[in-house]
Amino acid sequence: MLCECGKNEATVRETVIINGKSIEKNLCEQCAQDLGLAPTTHHPALHELVKQFVHEPGVTEAQPLKAEEIACSTCSLTYTRFKQTGLLGCGLCYKSFEEQVGPLIERAHEGATHHVGKIPRSALERSRHGGPDRLEILLGTTEERLRRMGELRRQLDEAVEAEQFERAATLRDELHRLDQLKPGQVLPDEFSSTHGEE
Amino acid sequence: MVSSPPPNEDGAKPAYGATTEWLRNEGAACDVVLSSRVRLARNLAAHRFVPQSDRTQRQQVVSLSQQAISEIGSCVWIDIHRTNDLEKQLFVERQLMSRQHARGKLAGGIGGPDEPRGLAVSLPDERVAIMVNEEDHLRIQCMRSGLALSEALAAADTLDDELEARLEFAFSPRFGYLTACPTNVGTGARFSVMLHLPGLKLLGDIDKVKRAAEDMSLAVRGFYGEGSKAIGDFYQVSNQTTLGKTEQVLLQELERDIIPRVMDYERHARRTLFEKRKSTTQDRIMRSVGLAKYVQLISTEEAMEHLSMIRLGAAIGMLNGSSMQAVNKLFLLVQPGHLQHRAGHALTQHERRVERAAVLREYLRDVG
Ligand SMILES: [Zn+2]
Ligand SMILES: [Zn+2]
Repeated sequence: MLCECGKNEATVRETVIINGKSIEKNLCEQCAQDLGLAPTTHHPALHELVKQFVHEPGVTEAQPLKAEEIACSTCSLTYTRFKQTGLLGCGLCYKSFEEQVGPLIERAHEGATHHVGKIPRSALERSRHGGPDRLEILLGTTEERLRRMGELRRQLDEAVEAEQFERAATLRDELHRLDQLKPGQVLPDEFSSTHGEE
Repeated sequence: MVSSPPPNEDGAKPAYGATTEWLRNEGAACDVVLSSRVRLARNLAAHRFVPQSDRTQRQQVVSLSQQAISEIGSCVWIDIHRTNDLEKQLFVERQLMSRQHARGKLAGGIGGPDEPRGLAVSLPDERVAIMVNEEDHLRIQCMRSGLALSEALAAADTLDDELEARLEFAFSPRFGYLTACPTNVGTGARFSVMLHLPGLKLLGDIDKVKRAAEDMSLAVRGFYGEGSKAIGDFYQVSNQTTLGKTEQVLLQELERDIIPRVMDYERHARRTLFEKRKSTTQDRIMRSVGLAKYVQLISTEEAMEHLSMIRLGAAIGMLNGSSMQAVNKLFLLVQPGHLQHRAGHALTQHERRVERAAVLREYLRDVG
């Protein structure tokens, strides 16, 4: 059946009330939308995205180990259970399942592999007194920090290339901030918590 | 300061009236942008995440969080597992918590309505809402009227610092803030903007916006978040990724790159409707006004549809100024939980339709 417009196939059947009479209309997608009658499309919840990633062949099957039998030593969550729910059991699950979850995270976040951005302020402040080891727990090894800064530099170059100057300035600030966070160094004052409770 | 008594005990009930931060209709770009929201996901270090916790462990997290929140002050604490369904629905409708938090159920059927969990809300402005033991231990939400993501982020950032001074958060150098769902790791920050797009809807150009947003890997959702329909022509746009970009960059991608474009599209659509399709547009708007003034029975969805048209009429100056205020209040008042709260008891679906029609007639009496 053709739509009222006579151009397209009618795919939407809707009852509309005109002057108190209900009239059945057969419309194409475009005309239905013009009348505000088209159904809205839903988007998959984020969990669903994870599940899709996990269930895609090649993601799990490519793993050399039998990933299903792995369990987190801290919270005892099994990888099988994670595949069912898309939810991890504790912070250390990220270590226990790093090999499996790492690629999923990369795909869910458009290729990103490392965090850039906020670092817990009080923890950072406390680690000033705890020496380089404490700082490394928060900031990672030198290699990890260099990698993070390399990523920021890449984003900065991209922003400059695209003439996104505001974004470039933000990235430059972040680079500067990270550069000052070297293990073994006394942190500049801007990193000390303004809400000191100790 | 210790927070004031929860609204579900004794007589000290907060009003929960017809206004809340996101419906104040103030701030930048409020003709198109209803509200801006920042939500940070945080978990306590050395505690199991919610999905893998038993009751005792969940209770521990509730106690620690409640203590920290009460020390900061400014928020009222509510034990959600002891709150009745009607009140929970009210919180969901006011966008203070998710439907998932009301149910207490997580993905994979984990949990249930009696699991220990809480909600902290700043009253009377409702700008801050902290969900405790939803999918993550803490979900810190800061809301602002209009387009004001930077302001919302600044507020969330400060609150996050205050909480972190009292609670140690799970964090790793590689993945940042650790969350139960790996799609939230990194900054743990979700920025969203609620848009009213009746012009684009009427012109059939909504898909343009969806495509533009999706190209930039932003998500477009309905009025009540994940999986909900775009009821009343409201669309929520938010970032999908949380890892590998700073909070500021995530914010800018939304506030500077996509939202101004969508606002231009919508304003252009409204001008087109007003200038080139004036009588048709006027007819749609005035039909909605007429219906709202005389209707006797109406569903939520239909009410929202007509309210959207009336809001459009007010925004383009076709209707008088008082219409905008009335309509913004009605977006809340026509919701099932609010109707029952107003009535003071539970209502059947039919009774709600009767009440909803009465509320519309009352508030829109002077609109025209
Ligand atoms: Zn057609
Ligand atoms: Zn674990």
